[in-house]
Amino acid sequence: MKSAIVKSATIAPNLFDSSLLKTATLDALRKLDPRRLARNPVIFVTEVVSLIVSLFFVRDLAGHDGAALFTGQIAAWLWFTVLFANFAEAVAEGRGKAQADALRKTRSATQAKRLIDPSGKSRMKAVYQTVNALDLRVGDVVQVEAGDIIPGDGEVIEGIASVNEAAITGESAPVIRESGGDRSAVTGGTSVLSDKIVVRITAAPGSTFIDRMITLVEGASWQKTPNELALSILLSGLTIIFLIVCVTLWPIAAYSGTVLPVTVLIALLVCLIPTTIGGLLSAIGIAGMDRLIRFNVIATSGRAVEAAGDVDTLLLDKTGTITFGNRMADEFLPSTGVTEAALAHAAQMASMADETPEGRSILALAKSRYDVEEPDLVGRAVVSVPFTAQTRLSGLDMDGRSFRKGAVDSVLKLAGLPPETAPAQFRQAVERISRSGGTPLAVCEDKRLLGVIHLKDIVKPDIKQRFAALRAMGIKTVMVTGDNPLTAAAIASEAGVDDFIAQATPEDKLAYIRREQQGGRLIAMCGDGTNDAPALAQADVGVAMQTGTQAAREAGNMVDLDSDPTKLIEIVGIGKQLLMTRGALTTFSIANDVAKYFAIIPALFIVTFPQLGALNIMHLASPHSAILSAVIFNALIIIALIPLALKGVAYRSIGAAALLRQNLLVYGLGGIIVPFIGIKLIDLAISALHLA
Amino acid sequence: MTLAGWLQIATVLFLVVAASVPLSTYIKRVMAGERTWLSPVLVPLEAGFNRLAGVDPKREQSWLAYTMAMLMFSLVGFVTLYGLQRLQGYLPLNPQHFGAVSPDLAFNTSISFITNTNWQDYAGETTLSHLVQMLGLTVHNFLSAATGLAIAFALVRAFARSSSTTIGNFWADMTRSVLYILLPGALIIALVLVSRGVPQTLAGSVTATTLEGAKQVISLGPVASQEAIKELGTNGGGFFNANAAHPFENPDAFTNMLEIWALLVIPFASVLAFGRAVGDLRQARAIYAVMGILLLIGTCVAYWAEAAGNPLLAKLGVASAMGNMEGKEVRFGEAMSSFFAAATTGTSTGAVNAMHDSMPPIGGLVPLFNILLGSITPGGVGAGLYGFLVFVVIAVFIAGLMVGRTPEYLGKKIETHEMKLAMFAVLLYPLIVLGFTATSVLLKSALDSLGNSGPHGLSEILYAYASTNANNGSAFAGLNGNTLWFNTSLGLAMFLGRFAFAIPVLALAGSLAAKKRAPVSQGTLPTHGPLFVGLLIGVIVILYLLQYFPVLALGPIVEQFLMHAGKTF
Repeated sequence: MKSAIVKSATIAPNLFDSSLLKTATLDALRKLDPRRLARNPVIFVTEVVSLIVSLFFVRDLAGHDGAALFTGQIAAWLWFTVLFANFAEAVAEGRGKAQADALRKTRSATQAKRLIDPSGKSRMKAVYQTVNALDLRVGDVVQVEAGDIIPGDGEVIEGIASVNEAAITGESAPVIRESGGDRSAVTGGTSVLSDKIVVRITAAPGSTFIDRMITLVEGASWQKTPNELALSILLSGLTIIFLIVCVTLWPIAAYSGTVLPVTVLIALLVCLIPTTIGGLLSAIGIAGMDRLIRFNVIATSGRAVEAAGDVDTLLLDKTGTITFGNRMADEFLPSTGVTEAALAHAAQMASMADETPEGRSILALAKSRYDVEEPDLVGRAVVSVPFTAQTRLSGLDMDGRSFRKGAVDSVLKLAGLPPETAPAQFRQAVERISRSGGTPLAVCEDKRLLGVIHLKDIVKPDIKQRFAALRAMGIKTVMVTGDNPLTAAAIASEAGVDDFIAQATPEDKLAYIRREQQGGRLIAMCGDGTNDAPALAQADVGVAMQTGTQAAREAGNMVDLDSDPTKLIEIVGIGKQLLMTRGALTTFSIANDVAKYFAIIPALFIVTFPQLGALNIMHLASPHSAILSAVIFNALIIIALIPLALKGVAYRSIGAAALLRQNLLVYGLGGIIVPFIGIKLIDLAISALHLA
Repeated sequence: MTLAGWLQIATVLFLVVAASVPLSTYIKRVMAGERTWLSPVLVPLEAGFNRLAGVDPKREQSWLAYTMAMLMFSLVGFVTLYGLQRLQGYLPLNPQHFGAVSPDLAFNTSISFITNTNWQDYAGETTLSHLVQMLGLTVHNFLSAATGLAIAFALVRAFARSSSTTIGNFWADMTRSVLYILLPGALIIALVLVSRGVPQTLAGSVTATTLEGAKQVISLGPVASQEAIKELGTNGGGFFNANAAHPFENPDAFTNMLEIWALLVIPFASVLAFGRAVGDLRQARAIYAVMGILLLIGTCVAYWAEAAGNPLLAKLGVASAMGNMEGKEVRFGEAMSSFFAAATTGTSTGAVNAMHDSMPPIGGLVPLFNILLGSITPGGVGAGLYGFLVFVVIAVFIAGLMVGRTPEYLGKKIETHEMKLAMFAVLLYPLIVLGFTATSVLLKSALDSLGNSGPHGLSEILYAYASTNANNGSAFAGLNGNTLWFNTSLGLAMFLGRFAFAIPVLALAGSLAAKKRAPVSQGTLPTHGPLFVGLLIGVIVILYLLQYFPVLALGPIVEQFLMHAGKTF
């Protein structure tokens, strides 16, 4: 998260940055090109009718009946409607563009040291030629030394180096990249800080990770996602329905004794077709993607973001997500005849030289729980005994006394006790710890067995609440761990996950995912190793860690630049927010039409049927001002809703029923009421300014 | 409005609800091919029919095969019915020696009956022979209702199944619907009607001598059998021109209640059967509630408008104490006429026991609004259920997004393909209704058919197209539909209203059946309970009001205002 904050401060621009607004305004004009607008049927129709009304305006200018003032204003506001919709899209894209520019800088003019004979057949292994990074091909092998920028995506095939990946992750702390294993992937555009590595290029220039990131953040490759397409069909359908309504209204009105001017019919049409959601739809999608990017997650497609909102089951790795990465000391269990304080003291002494997280946690526990003072080692004869795989013990010798901690059988052997003769209290403690999924660490002082330290996986403090929140949204959490079933069950119940896969192999994960999908559920998971790749590919949302292997990054449909597996939970939230924003604005847009009818219908027919004035419940000043007010409201509401479209509707884990009630109240009922007020206010302004 | 009136309405509603519960279990079992208590008698019969036709009921069809079977079946029905009318002069059972029906009228009537519409541009007793009435119309009263039920349960199966390529067997569904549901039901109702004095004879007419000594020819025929299925199958085509207002079709208050009950009971029971078939009755109850509430609101508004009477007559001091009795039968009264009007238009029946044309403008708005909705409250046999489910799909799509998931109904994701089909289906309604209405008001020949001018005339035309398009078939009266233009265009409206809607529905069924059924969780949009009921009502009313508000404003709404201003049409 830290890096995300850094990044948003540096790259993600302010919502309404002035230079951004200028670019967006120009883009909005550029987007008037009908070939581009045709992608958006609602706004395309609006543009076509704007053009027609503009022609009427020109005609009316020639006449002298004063109609030009009205026609002109309608034409202007119809054009504004189109422009505002374009503007919304341009603002959303503009925010991505700023990020893309920053990324592009890292790509510029990198030189690569291409090895002439990587296989070493002609004994010229170390000879390289300097080429432009853009000339590299897949399979080329390059050498990258300290201070060089890695010329393209690839895999380390030789050496180890520390790499600064700030260019893509925003994280300035260097990471280690080495050949073999799960940390062999390097990304073009990042720089080597120390040492030398040999990299085989795995992506052609133009399709590297950074290139993909640039196209994604720019929104250039923004394809309509499945749900967006379905929504577009609904909106197009509504547009056609309202076209039918307006076209047929002319003869029906003529029969009823009213000859409706086409301008007025067009005004009615534009007010009825869902211009609000139509104008904001693409902005919502781009902004959703953008939110993810600012969260340091790159999705390879919008489809993945939507799928995240639909996820039913989350597969979470235990280590790092549910528990802290390391086991920690939780309690001291003394053997028969030993006080807890004595055990704590010995354990502390045995851990003084232990720099591992486990060792640190023992010191911390001794200090916090038993308030054991850290001894002053200065000036004493201290010999530290490091842990080895043979002894499976570590500790400290001081002033002739020896303190040891280690695996239970090793310590028992040291103390000269066959396992069956160990004190009952000790044996019970060891058994209890094992059963609860912890690791027992025996402690002895001068070969006298003192007791056992309970090392356990510490579940992250707030994780249980987060799982409860997920459950409230109907999302099942599944813990994946290499632990034995006993240990896994203990941790699972403590963390409050719904299910777990113990002793999980990659095949187990894959099988679990398939089984869930068979039941109609959507699965999200994250992973980093090459052996995670099949499961990542199979999952509906597969988040690969940036630190992971190339195979994992290719298999997933998202990459987390911070390599933080807990983010899966937030990704789901972002996906849901995207869908909710669409739904809320669609509802709002449709609900708005009610008020517009009450403004326009009486205005259309009041001359023929004065009695229809009873429907003018807003008491709008005149037919012209009523129609104009509705059209102006219709245009302005797009601008007013741009911030909401970009920020997204607030999402809370309160369950679908409560969310629906809340959103229906705000966007459904609100959508009916707001335009009544808005249109009335605009009407007052128009009358005051004598515009109609 | 009187207490007696309300009690009558409440009694019928109670009986509908009480009967729909057990009937729904029966319908569900019938449509699932399971055993029922009538099986001992009917299974041999059913097996015999299947053998005769070479149908293996176990062999299911894909949605396309199912659709083709349905279309072919309807085409054959159309051709035979058209032939019967054109050739009736040469055929037996024609005691009144009626000649051939004109081509455009025969076209209109044939489509009308195969689509369950029963729009009648003719007067039955002076146009059609008994053979046509029985072999043509009555048979199609069964078949068209069975077709609706078949389509509906193909869609129901699609929701109930997971990853299925088939949606049932059309022939098996047809046979079972007719044999197990419609025939036994119609038989019982016909017998009750006969017991109340409804004629069932092959005689053409009797001649009576009136008190003044004048000779009066009173038409007779096999009325009871047609009347029973007319209501039970939500057909609505009367034996007589006066339809259920005619004393031989609907002799007394009891038969009137029976007929309202009969036309409501299968549509409501089908909804519950849907719930049982998908294994979640709560889903069905929500839909049942929406249909019931909309029906009740319509009834109340109509009853209120009728009881308020005509303010113009009140001003003159000649108003009837009973309210607006114009166009009504005294033996039914306002309450049961209003309820009949709401029920017959809420279903796709279209039978009338009073003239909708004579209702006050706002009262007339109720049947008009019901048929503009497509007659889905609770709709025709089968047709109401599938029509409503299409609407649920759209409402769920809009609302479902607001809970942050890809919208799904009963675990089936509503995606691009489903939206295309659903939107196509609902798009046709305004296109047909408003398109033909607009064309008609431009045609001088069409306007000549109008009995009234101004807003009322507009309502008459709008009503005709809405009624035919919704396959309702009731008429606002006042419009002479038996002209070349109206016979043809109304025929087209009926044809498109049925088939251009049913084909996308079956395609939708195919697409939904193939999907996996996702399990329900806390994150799923709840599609039951009061919130969803309110949501459905809101979406239905707003969406349809948006489509028809302008034309309604120029029709009944302005007429109501004008009536209070002292102007009538």
